Amino acid sequence: MVTAFKDEPITNHFLDHNSQQQNEQILQINHLEIFYGEKRAVNGITLDIEKNAVTALIGPSGCGKSTFLRSINRMNDLIPGARAKGEIIYEDLNILSEDINVVALRKEIGMVFQKPNPFPKSIYENITHALKFAGIKKKSELDVIVEESLQKAALWDEVKDRLHKSALSLSGGQQQRLCIARTIAMKPTVMLLDEPSSALDPISNAKVEDLIVDLKKDYSIIIVTHNMQQASRISDKTAFFLSGDLIEYDATEKIFTNPSVKKTEEYISGRFG
Amino acid sequence: MNSKTADRIATGVFITIAIIIISILVGLFYYILVNGLKHVSLDFLTSPSSNVRAGGGIRDQLFNSFYILLLTMLIAVPLGIGGGIYMAEYAKPGKVTDIIRSCIEVLASLPSIVIGMFGLLMFVNLTGWGYTILGGALALTVFNLPVIVRVSEDAIRSVPRDLKEASLALGITRWHTIKTVILPSAFPSILTGAILASGRVFGEAAALLFTAGLSTPRLDYANWNPFSDTSPLNIFRPAETLAVHIWSVNTQGLIPDVEEVSNGAAAVLVLSVLIFNLLARWIGSMIHKKITATK
Repeated sequence: MVTAFKDEPITNHFLDHNSQQQNEQILQINHLEIFYGEKRAVNGITLDIEKNAVTALIGPSGCGKSTFLRSINRMNDLIPGARAKGEIIYEDLNILSEDINVVALRKEIGMVFQKPNPFPKSIYENITHALKFAGIKKKSELDVIVEESLQKAALWDEVKDRLHKSALSLSGGQQQRLCIARTIAMKPTVMLLDEPSSALDPISNAKVEDLIVDLKKDYSIIIVTHNMQQASRISDKTAFFLSGDLIEYDATEKIFTNPSVKKTEEYISGRFG
Repeated sequence: MNSKTADRIATGVFITIAIIIISILVGLFYYILVNGLKHVSLDFLTSPSSNVRAGGGIRDQLFNSFYILLLTMLIAVPLGIGGGIYMAEYAKPGKVTDIIRSCIEVLASLPSIVIGMFGLLMFVNLTGWGYTILGGALALTVFNLPVIVRVSEDAIRSVPRDLKEASLALGITRWHTIKTVILPSAFPSILTGAILASGRVFGEAAALLFTAGLSTPRLDYANWNPFSDTSPLNIFRPAETLAVHIWSVNTQGLIPDVEEVSNGAAAVLVLSVLIFNLLARWIGSMIHKKITATK
């Protein structure tokens, strides 16, 4: 029985991806409803998220896609009055259940935000901050993880000579890759990306996109994006949201070439949104 | 009048206001220092005060001021920051929190003489301590706590929500996030608040009249035993601070050199606050640079 994030120190025994098969589901969402006070922001959606794939969530502002994304690692808990009904099944557990250890859950399901939000600490400390809290104290071990995760985030070569300088001295694109690196350092299974490159210039954006495609080897990625080209370039599956409903969910290629629902086609071709 | 003229007039008005404020400040400083510094000498700073004869110094008063300041801050800063953390991070919006907030605001606006009377009842009579440094420090804590709570709460609230979310999203607990991300970011503003509060402590007289008293026992600075009556470190002895001393020599002093002593003491008081401010800011910015890795 898997009870790893029910209040016990986290071990990495979920992280053995290789023993799993492709096209497996990492998350199953059943009849998920999310409310802000009385207002319903997500209207009972059901979908499965594929393992080691990039799933894009698209739709106009206010359609509930970010709300949905934030419910997967329980970030909505921070919003007073927000509550969720239904199920999000991860490793046989319902993430939304009361007795979930949210802290342990967030180590497994990491998140990168729209605006780069590095801590006002050194580049090195940005990555070690959560690792130290998770109990890794040995400098040699930390050094290895810092290098590894910066390598994976394609940032190592740019910052290796100034690891102990402030992270705020980096450019916006570098900051965002640092935020991705510090999430990678926690070795999550799922990464939630909330419009990770919308605040970046085109070159940084391209770098982040390459990175995401690269990362799906090791992680299951869910990305919210307003950029249709981005969704079609990097994602395997796309979910189209509108006013809190999941309108269509299919392979990205299908959604962008031959959507089944008219609304999807209208949105993708830019007729509204 | 077109908008360009209006803009020019506004600029002029604000510059005038700034000039007025600066000239008041400079004038005050100039007056205090010019009149006071000529009476300040090493002897003045290192000899005890006299009740009847001329030529007394302010050694004990100066020490008492710093000692009470230290003690007050030792009590008030942790409590105040704790209160600020509670108000900003834990208190649920609602009636109870509103009541707590109004209480803090009322407390912050209490006249210091009222706090002095409260201190007399609480820390002097009820405890049976008599006039003590600790009583004075506790009264000043009551006086400063609301300010520090308010400042800490504001400082913590103004830390971008992004940073808090970033830390929580990495699987870090709320308390660890507060400790390692939020407090370091709020540190400069909290420090400014603590510095303002300590300026108030330094200059406070009314709240200390009835709590720390108007006298200082004969002190032996070689005696470091905090339980000895003649030790300056004893927190259960009466202590007249610099601000109280200025007030008392002016209102009931028998010494012939009242003016010299009070002018000198005033100059020392102003300079002490100034030096303390600059020092605290400098140390604060060093710490901040260290934790944020900015050079």
